[in-house]
Amino acid sequence: MSAATEEAEKPEQREFRAYCRSWLAENNPKLPSFRLPLSALEVKTDEQFDWLRAWQRKAWEAGLIGCDYPKAYGGGGHKGFQRIAVQELGRANAPFFLNIIGLSMAAPTILHHGTEEQKKRYIPGCLSADEIWCQGFSEPGAGSDLSNARTTAVQQTDGTWLVNGHKVWTTLGRFAHQMILLARTGNDDKYRGLTYFLNPIMGHPGVTVRPLIKITGELGFNEVLFEDMRLEDSMRLDEVGAGWTVAMTTLLHERGAAETAGGGWNIGDQIEKLVALAKRTPRDGRPASEDGVIRDAIAQKAIEAEAIRQSVRRARVPDLNDHPMRIALSMKLQVSEWAQSVTHLGTEIGGLESTLYLGDTEAPDEAYWPLAYMNSYGMTIAAGTSEIQRNILGERVLNLPKSK
Amino acid sequence: MSQPRDFGFGDDEVLLRDQVKKLLNERGSLEKLRALAAKDHDIYEKGEAPGWDAATWATMVELGLPALVVPESAGGMGAKKVAMVGLVEQIGLFAFPSPLLATFFAGEVLAACPAGNAHAPLEKLALGRRFALACMDAHGSADPRASEVRATKSGDGYVLEGRASFVQDGDKAESYVVVARDGDSPVLVVVDRETSGLTVSRDRIVDLTRDQVRLTFASVKIAKDSVVAEGAASSAALAKALPTILTLVAADLCGVSEWQLRTTVEYAKVREQFGRAIGTFQAVKHPLVDMMVGIDQARSLVYAAACAIDSDPAQAPLLAHMAKARASDVGRYCSSRSVQLHGGIGFTWECDVHLFFKRSAHAQVLFGDGAIQRKRVADILIG
Repeated sequence: MSAATEEAEKPEQREFRAYCRSWLAENNPKLPSFRLPLSALEVKTDEQFDWLRAWQRKAWEAGLIGCDYPKAYGGGGHKGFQRIAVQELGRANAPFFLNIIGLSMAAPTILHHGTEEQKKRYIPGCLSADEIWCQGFSEPGAGSDLSNARTTAVQQTDGTWLVNGHKVWTTLGRFAHQMILLARTGNDDKYRGLTYFLNPIMGHPGVTVRPLIKITGELGFNEVLFEDMRLEDSMRLDEVGAGWTVAMTTLLHERGAAETAGGGWNIGDQIEKLVALAKRTPRDGRPASEDGVIRDAIAQKAIEAEAIRQSVRRARVPDLNDHPMRIALSMKLQVSEWAQSVTHLGTEIGGLESTLYLGDTEAPDEAYWPLAYMNSYGMTIAAGTSEIQRNILGERVLNLPKSK
Repeated sequence: MSQPRDFGFGDDEVLLRDQVKKLLNERGSLEKLRALAAKDHDIYEKGEAPGWDAATWATMVELGLPALVVPESAGGMGAKKVAMVGLVEQIGLFAFPSPLLATFFAGEVLAACPAGNAHAPLEKLALGRRFALACMDAHGSADPRASEVRATKSGDGYVLEGRASFVQDGDKAESYVVVARDGDSPVLVVVDRETSGLTVSRDRIVDLTRDQVRLTFASVKIAKDSVVAEGAASSAALAKALPTILTLVAADLCGVSEWQLRTTVEYAKVREQFGRAIGTFQAVKHPLVDMMVGIDQARSLVYAAACAIDSDPAQAPLLAHMAKARASDVGRYCSSRSVQLHGGIGFTWECDVHLFFKRSAHAQVLFGDGAIQRKRVADILIG
């Protein structure tokens, strides 16, 4: 159904779509012998990392990444091409792109707030995966309330900055070359006391990266400690004290990433996978796909999936939207909660078989359902919890008074 | 098949919606709605019917609204379904009592009948004759095999015996499209209200923004030219009309739910307890956001279904069942929260919230609630 929305594309867009299709038909990689992680959040081994990094580079060289960025920054210089590439990557069921923070957060933020030198220096590496990025926003005492960040950056007489503090939940931290860092440069105002830096990580003196083990037992997140780390002033993004505003740009892109990030989550796939599981899983001596309760639950998830997909379509038709941001701002909430409930349904259909985990050869779909279900809490907590999303929607779209 | 990215909702559709919005802004005030649908809590005891506004219907006819459903070949507009859902959403937003929706249902079925005898009633419908669709048994099933109206061949026409239940806005109608059956073979006929042997009796219903009747047939003679479809053509016409009917009811529900959202949000901004507006409490704010997100999902499916009927009919039944399922469930949630979040005043007859609560409740079960639609969705997706 979502396939049927290509009418009214410009000739060059149609041509580009055809190009993407033929390129993917030949170059969509065969899966490696080792297990690929579900997303960039779960990259664990060097071989996974190298394989995924090479795939992103190849797709960038072919012009499927950064299509709408200016050529001077490693992009394709087009308009309206990235969405097409994302659709075709999804349709071809291509692997996700490794440099998720670089692509969906660092690059757009630098494009918006950076100097000409910074754009030329950093954006190409985001697109090609030459430089892997991580995000340094959250801290032990600053989760949903980011303005509570305590990591300090103090400017020295030579203009450099001395940074001390502790960042957590750092996706890809172990592999990252660069970090987008939010640090406190003043104390008089919670918000205006923050400044945004582009911070070298790998091999940089004063930086310690420690892996965190997630609820799934997998690595993926890290904590990053700064002890008297020095940053050049040229690594500061935008003005001193503008950190909160810059971070909002990043978060806007992060929340939209569920929809526009390279490759990635294919909603339609999940329903097909669920139906296939139900057809081969017995329940009361019959396939679960014949059980009325299970059928009802699958239909419900399919309806919500289609509703989300059609909402993305409707969000682009101004005459069918009462408030321009109403759908856009709710997408992260919708997709993450849907993903959580659909993966949980997979574990329900599996029943006791869902207790079988990674490495157990009897586990249905190689333990995808319990793994993805537990991982889904990353989606409903990260980038503003579902509760914060509801506050934002209530206050910014419905104009309800602020919650204290 | 290819669907337009913008659902085919272009300038003409915007214009039509704005026309209807303007009309309802002028004629569909809450004061008027109260006068029509909440004048008394015991109208049936007094032998009265739920109110509606004949003058506004006349204006709707002048604007050509009933003609939208009629093909151009029968003197109508043959409008896109996205245009119709756009205007029906507005009707729902005002909970406006009107024969328009019921006339659309009947018109959809007539338009799906073979060319021939359907032409004359379609011409009348386009010019403003009010129709209703009599297609349900005493338990609300619209399956033609369950029809309780028996048709017996008589000369080159039929004689009808039995009853048709849950006829929407049948008290306002001047003609009925009746689903009867001759043995197991469905027959569609047009019967005028004044026909001898036909009795129209009002149901006493909760929702007073509409009416509902039962038709009883006692040896009702049907002339040959009033038979609009027989046998397989009847089933095909009903099957073809169903996605549109479901989508229109879902569109009405979206409008009703949106009113509930807006009204409850405004109330949460001004109602103070514990020294502050109740909208500051997350226990109030978050359900309001969930109402909004749910409405957006239902609305997107409504436009997707309408667009599929217009340009990708193979996908239409699935999307229409999805749209009605989501709109029904969201309708229930929004209705429930609209009363609950209004607190004590929401529990009273004087607060307008009950009018929309009741209209929604009726529409939620009309042509099948969420659970029934999900059964159809599962049949299509899982087999």
